[in-house]
Amino acid sequence: MSAVGAGQLEQARVRAGAVAAPRKKPFLWQSVIVHALLVACIAVVAFPLYYAFVISTQDIQEVVQRPPRLYPSSHLLENYAEAWRKAHMGRMLFNSFVMGVTVAVGKIVISMLSAFAIVYFDFRGRMVCFWMIFVTLMLPVPVRLMSTYEVAGTLGWINTYQGLTIPLMASATATFLFRQFYMTIPNELAEAAQLDGAGPMRFLFQFLLPLSWANIAALFVVLFIFGWNQYLWPILITNTEAMRTVVIGLEALIPRSGTELPTWNLIMAGAMMALLPPVAVIIFMQRWFVKGLVESEK
Amino acid sequence: MQRTVFRSRWLPYLLVFPQVAVTVLFFFWPALKSLQLSLYRVSPFGDHMSFVGFENFAKLLGDPEYYQSVVNSFVFAGGVTLLSVGGSLVMAALATQKIRGLSAYRTLLLWPYGISSAVAGIIFLFIFHPTYGILPYFLSFITDYEFNWLLKGWIAMALVVTATAWTHLGYNIAFFVAGLLAIPGAVLEAADVDGAGPLRRFTSIVFPLVSPITFYLVVLNMVFAFFESFGVIDAVTKGGPGDATMIMVYKLYKDGFIGLNLGSSGAQSVILMALVIGLTMLQFRYVEKKVTYR
Repeated sequence: MSAVGAGQLEQARVRAGAVAAPRKKPFLWQSVIVHALLVACIAVVAFPLYYAFVISTQDIQEVVQRPPRLYPSSHLLENYAEAWRKAHMGRMLFNSFVMGVTVAVGKIVISMLSAFAIVYFDFRGRMVCFWMIFVTLMLPVPVRLMSTYEVAGTLGWINTYQGLTIPLMASATATFLFRQFYMTIPNELAEAAQLDGAGPMRFLFQFLLPLSWANIAALFVVLFIFGWNQYLWPILITNTEAMRTVVIGLEALIPRSGTELPTWNLIMAGAMMALLPPVAVIIFMQRWFVKGLVESEK
Repeated sequence: MQRTVFRSRWLPYLLVFPQVAVTVLFFFWPALKSLQLSLYRVSPFGDHMSFVGFENFAKLLGDPEYYQSVVNSFVFAGGVTLLSVGGSLVMAALATQKIRGLSAYRTLLLWPYGISSAVAGIIFLFIFHPTYGILPYFLSFITDYEFNWLLKGWIAMALVVTATAWTHLGYNIAFFVAGLLAIPGAVLEAADVDGAGPLRRFTSIVFPLVSPITFYLVVLNMVFAFFESFGVIDAVTKGGPGDATMIMVYKLYKDGFIGLNLGSSGAQSVILMALVIGLTMLQFRYVEKKVTYR
């Protein structure tokens, strides 16, 4: 039955009073309440971010004034410039960027290759490889903390970019996602490619890769955020300021003792700079983000 | 399981090599090393090792500080999960009502996922700040209670729980919105016809239908709270005041990396490993359930 036909039939049945109209429209006041509740929820969720922004625009007198000033002031530029200078933000943001991109790209590439091998080849040890990759799910950084550090040390990777990124690159979820995706591609495609004389690698790059871009984009968003926000591993593996990522470097700005100036405006400026890139990625790539989150967990 | 189209003696090994190499070098070998360390007494610089059997475990189990860190971890993970899964379910249920603007609302609720728990912790640290924070300031009008996280352990715990739950919201909302939108309209219409109000419809129809997702998210939030929350503790409380926010992962880091007690940190790693294996098993019960629904 065509869609038009179904619609007409539905209308006819509604007119005839045979069934209730499809889903009564809620009363106006009901949807007003829902909107109001949602706006309230958003206000609560967004308040900490709004307040951090407000503080990042104030000078110290305004930060400590009572009652607290809950709206922005005019010191945004000087605070961000001062935080940038004081905390070496440029260097730290660069390191975070390297970490986010390298971890995401690395995970995607090695997962794509291993899923391809597991799906399209029959080889001794195939299931062993599959299970090994699977088990990494159960080995987060804390359960192998000291020994992973030791391995990185043996390789001479302490305080290097490869040490920062490569040990995090194995990805069971990305491998599963690619495996699942390859399984949905009809076998005929590979057979046809073979008949045309395409070898496996050409099949991977010319046939599978172009079909995979949506998955790659989705994974990239999620994995970039994962890499950017890593904390425990960077704090172990880096030991100079030049290698710190922004998420771990911010902590140094917090005044802990009473004798320090309460420069919370600078810390909040730093926090805004640290959170803006991943939050912007979520907002501007929302479609990929949701796809990446929901599908990579299947 | 596979399609097996191509044949090659060496190519598949080359293809899996990078992933398997990382897995062996940085996952399996260190995990086995942790298992081994847990059975040894190791001198602080690792140059002398003697086999002690389960002594490290026995010591941990008899150590009130370790016991405290286990309790703290469960309080922390439980609090984070309750707050963020509960809050997300309510917000997702509101956003998926038949109203305009679903995608705008979703965008406005998703973004906290991008904030690392350490950065979130720093923001909440200021909101909770005993001298400058607005929360103690406003509370001072209502009560004389000294709302100072540096002095009161439970406030420090509330601080890190709230900050962490905040960062989990986006993740949970993404899942709940997807799950709620997947509920067939006919089911809800039937409830409408039967005259069920919005609340009744939610408790007796919608909630049971999203309960597998809820279960999955509960487990996943627990895993996150247990294993990915080092940052918020390190950036904000460092386990204090006293040991009030000393969670298992932070104690492991402190004993191993700062205290150089490798045997004990190995044993703590093994206990965490058992925990994460248990939680992952639980998580897979969700996958099984989902399969039977299809």
